This record gives sequence, structure tokens and C-alpha cells, in this order.
Amino acid sequence: MANYDLSDDSVVVVIGSGAGGGTLANELCQKGIKVVLLEAGKRHGENDFVNDEWNSFGQLSWLDKRTTSGNWRVAKDFAGLPAWICKTVGGSTVHWAGASLRFQEHEFKTQTVYGDIEGATLLDWPLSLADLEPYYDKAEDKMGTTRTHGIPGLPGNNNFKVMYAGAKRLGYKSVHTGRMSINSRARHGRPACQQIGFCFQGCKSGAKWSTLATEIPAAEETGKLDLRTQAQALQIEHDPDGKVSGVLYADKDGNQQLQKARVVCVAGNSIETPRLLLNSVSAQFPDGLANSSGQVGRNYMRHMTGSVYATFDKPVNMYRGTTMAGIITDESINDPARGFVGGYEMETLSLGLPFMAAFLNPGAWGRGFAEAMEGYDHMAGMWLVGEDMPQESNRITLHDSEKDQFGLPVPNVHFDDHANDIAMRNHAFKQGSAVYEAVGATKVYETPPYPSTHNLGTCRMSEKPQDGVCNKWGQTHDVANLFISDGSQFTTGAAENPTLTIVTLAIRQADYIAEQMGQKSI
Amino acid sequence: MSAKGMNRRQFLQSSSLAAGATVAATSGAAAQGMGLTALDDHSGRTLLKMTRDLYPHDTLADLYYMVVVEALDAEAAGNADTAALINDGVSKLDGAMGVKFVDLSEGNRLAVLEAMESDPFFQKVRGTTVVALYNDPLVWRHFGYEGPSFEYGGYIDRGFDDLRWAGEPTADASPKAG
Repeated sequence: MANYDLSDDSVVVVIGSGAGGGTLANELCQKGIKVVLLEAGKRHGENDFVNDEWNSFGQLSWLDKRTTSGNWRVAKDFAGLPAWICKTVGGSTVHWAGASLRFQEHEFKTQTVYGDIEGATLLDWPLSLADLEPYYDKAEDKMGTTRTHGIPGLPGNNNFKVMYAGAKRLGYKSVHTGRMSINSRARHGRPACQQIGFCFQGCKSGAKWSTLATEIPAAEETGKLDLRTQAQALQIEHDPDGKVSGVLYADKDGNQQLQKARVVCVAGNSIETPRLLLNSVSAQFPDGLANSSGQVGRNYMRHMTGSVYATFDKPVNMYRGTTMAGIITDESINDPARGFVGGYEMETLSLGLPFMAAFLNPGAWGRGFAEAMEGYDHMAGMWLVGEDMPQESNRITLHDSEKDQFGLPVPNVHFDDHANDIAMRNHAFKQGSAVYEAVGATKVYETPPYPSTHNLGTCRMSEKPQDGVCNKWGQTHDVANLFISDGSQFTTGAAENPTLTIVTLAIRQADYIAEQMGQKSI
Repeated sequence: MSAKGMNRRQFLQSSSLAAGATVAATSGAAAQGMGLTALDDHSGRTLLKMTRDLYPHDTLADLYYMVVVEALDAEAAGNADTAALINDGVSKLDGAMGVKFVDLSEGNRLAVLEAMESDPFFQKVRGTTVVALYNDPLVWRHFGYEGPSFEYGGYIDRGFDDLRWAGEPTADASPKAG
């Protein structure tokens, strides 16, 4: 592993080692570019991941103080935990379920296709599906996504069998075990899935793709990567010309260090990324870095989500095997006749008993809740995930009094459901319930959103600088050598799980950064 | 959790009672066996009643709720604010109807608890119970949750797809394991 000097101003500093940052760092290293990768968390791995929900939650989650506001139910149920994401090498790819779906063509031009939606700040992406297709292809190959590149699908578990039977009786056409970046066969040095379950707790076999399992080791092999763990970025510095020049961070001992940089790429997920820019104030950038538009932190999206769990006369044991074992894609189309624009996916999901107690109906107690829990091993479940409307007022701001352990303002996450989100969730609850009722459910539970796992927007891509924070390469409109490299770039959220698209954009961004560096443009 | 609580858990894990983890519910006398350090016996018995009312599983013995009360006791032992919150809360429960909470009928206990839902004491006890009760590996067995699977090789050969009552998906939708 490389060990660059703090004063080495020829390095690219990447902040965050998840889907965006971990992939970008590896891609740059493969091209011979020197990379310092700052990761706020520790390095864990297959040897110390635990098949235990609460212990794993304590091991992997980002638990630094955050506050919430707005009418979303998460603000009531989990006021201090707006997002369920990771602080560890590999970021939230350690926690993700593996669903790897390409965005649909129309989802890149929602302003054009959906038209004016009151209260929504829809905008077309400054790129198209065709622009991304070659990179989607590379990402799927890298990640070993099933049902691409000749890789067979995964075998369906019990939870999938229930969903499949109900979906078919209901007339759904596209129902299968999904496109998953979990090996159905041994591939590229990683084994086939053993149906362990606990995909959210870090894959102990390495069958699930993560930047921890693949990108970071590959980058280390190049000798170009300097990975610094427990390194919390505090502020991005700039020179008198308005170009970024380095990153101030707190090291594992809490000492502040300044790493000089030629290029800085921010991939801290959609809460920390805008927070870092907003905390990077100077006389030249009084509203925060790359924020001349005032758009940094705005248009926070988290997907329309919800879950349906149902109990049956006979056992299901849904927790056995992959957490997300299959999908119904029929509802992911845009069909405004349903009463909302955009679409949603229906994906099996299981929780262990500890998390089922915490999430089935947060705050609930009494005999009704206890009876629901009694049905645990007879329960099947699905997660509903769809496109939510960007809204300017849904945003990450700096708290005016609460400070973190480094003395910096903590982020507040404000989110109000849009009427379209509510209508979509209502439809999804009805359809999810119908799936299970079609196969004999005795009781159906509509479960409200979990803390956000898909955090998107807040530094969105836009054609015009006044509409967003970065261009179609993730390069900020204001600062040429500053890039947004995670889901914060998303102009809109689409219906699909975001990781594949984050990885795709990172591969594409690496090509652009290398080209711009080669041309001495940055 | 107190050392005594750990001893009880170790005992249960080694005892034949734990095999099914379904033990006939026993009455209040068992509370005397709780290893409380910060809370007095009355508070312990009141919390035992309350935690069972919050998440009533009739086939789970008091022993499993005692683990929760001991968790609350351990927190009270380490934090004077929590101890005060709990002791004041027990007083509120007792004062709500002029009859001690442990002596109230189930219907009256529920009415008292419902009226206290927004009280920090209620939220503290509910939040601790919903985590501690359902995070107990002995309780998992009662619900048919098998817990960690990695050390057993996952479920690839242990029934991940053993469900037969819903029919089989097509091979296209759900290919066989490789």
C-alpha cells in the first residue's frame, strides 16, 4: 500500500470508500493515479462480521449525531437516526442487499416525461441511458450481477416462493430472483452464495459484492492506494484561485491533518457529502463550497418506501437465505393512470426477530403487536421501493446549535412526503397486500419506512449551473477540480435501488478525471 | 446486565427447560429471584408486570421478562437520571388509580399505560423492552427464529427453499443452486 506525504499535492483525495468512492478509488488506481482514500470508519471484514442484528448494527452503522424534521414518519419513529447507512471501509456496500437494476430510459428525463408536478423540482438528467449503457455493462461485470454476462440467477428461497406464487395468481408477469450482485456461482475469486441470510450484516462468505471485498483489495494491489481509516473529513480547503487544494481531516487519534490534493472527490453519502461542502466556508465561498446555486443540500431524496409483511397458516421461515431474494418489476413503469407518476419495485425482504420487533410497527405495543410477532416464522415479507419526488425544501442543513465530536455542526435531515409519494405508497401497500392475500395470507401488515438506506440528491447533476451542483461528470459547476462521486449526484431518484448506478457513474467519472488530468485541465 | 442475570441465562442455556424455550408462565413470586442492584423489589415487580403488559406472550415465562427488568436495573445502576426516571415512573403507575399497579386488573393496567404513552418513563421502558426481550437468543427459539447461520454453513443445505405449500417457481424465475 502506498503512503503519500501530507504535502503531496499530486494525489487525488477520495472521501468515502463506499459504492461511489471505493469504486472510483480503484478505477483511478488501475489507471496509475495516486489516490488517498479517507474513510471515517474502521476496517472490518468476513472474519469479524457477526450474524447478529443489533451487534452488527453497532459495529457497522453511522451513529454520529443527526437530527430530523418534517412530516415523514422516520422523524417520529427514529428521530436521531434518519439514515441506516454504514461507517466502515466499504461504506454501505457492506450493508446493501445486492439488488442491481439499471435505471429506465424515461427515468433520466422526468421533467419531460412526467411534466409539471406541483411542489416537485423535477429535472432531466444531463445524460441519458444510452450514455450510461457501456458503463452499466462494466459495472455489472465488475459486480458479477446475476442475469447479466451469462451469470445465472440465484435460487429462490422460501420468502421468494410465497411472493412468486401470489404475484403469478395476481397476474404479474415479471417475477424472478432478481439481478443481484451476489454470486450464484463462484466468480472472480469470490465463492457462490451459501444462503446464510444476514446480507445486511456484512457478507461473511464474500459472495456479495462490496467495495470492501473487491474494489479496495484490487486498488491496494496496484500500490497506488493510500487508504486511511478512521479519518473523518472536516473541511475542504481551496487556493486563492478558487481551486480545491486539500482536505482537513481528523485522524484516528483525533489529531487534525491536512492532506494536499490535486483533485478532491466527495463520496460521503447524501447527508455527509453536502454537510462537508456546507462546513467548508471561506470568504470566497461564504455559503459553502460549490454552492453558488444555493442547491447544496437540497432535493434530498430517499425513495418512496414501505414494507408489507403477511402471515400464513403454514411456516415460511423467510429469514433463511438471501435477504432480498426476488422481485416483481411490473409496477416500475410510469403509468399516471394509477394516480401518481413514476413507479416502484416490489422486492422480498426479511428481518430477523430483533429487527422485526423494532421495525414492524415502531412504537407499537400490546396484545395486537405481540400476536403479530407470534406469527414470525409463518411470515413472508417484501419491501416497496419507488421514485420519490425531488423537493427543494427536502434538504440537509447544518444544525444551528448541536455539534459533533469535532465541534462541527451536525446535519439536520428535513423531509416531507410529497403527495405523489403518499399516493404511490398507498398503491404499493394495496398491491403488496394483494400479492399475499392471493396466496392465502391470514393477516397482512403495512410497515412504515425504515430509516433511509437510499439517500440521494443533495448535490444534483444539472445541465445549467443554477439548477444543481455538478455537471454530467459529477464535476462541480463552481470548482473544476472538485467532484461529487456518490448518490448525491442523482438528479432524480428513479424506482431502482441506486448502488449499480452509483458504481456506473464512478467508473465513468474515473475515465473523465483521468482524461482531464492528462490534458492538465485539472 | 447484572452478573446474576448472566448466571440465569447461562443456567437456562444449559437446562432442559431451554430446549423448547416455552415454559409455563409463572406468577409474581419469581420476581424475588431477580438480581436487582439499583431498583427495589417493588419497582422490580412493577416493571415485570409492565414489560409483560407491553409485549404479552402468554407462553413466555416471567424469566424472559426478568432479563429485561435486569437490563433496566443495570442502566439505573449506572445512571442516576435513569434511576430517578424509573422510580418516579413506578410511583406514577401506582398513583394513577390509587391502587398499586401490580394489583390492578389487566384492563385497568392497560388504561394506565395507554394514558402514559408519551411519558419519557413509558418510552424508556418500552424502548428497552422491545430490544431486550426480542434480542434474547432463548426467546428467538420461542418464535422459531434460528439466529446465526454462518457457523452451520448457511441454509444452502438446511432448508432455505424447503417450503412446499405455495408451489414451485419455474426454473427460469428461480434457477437451481449451482
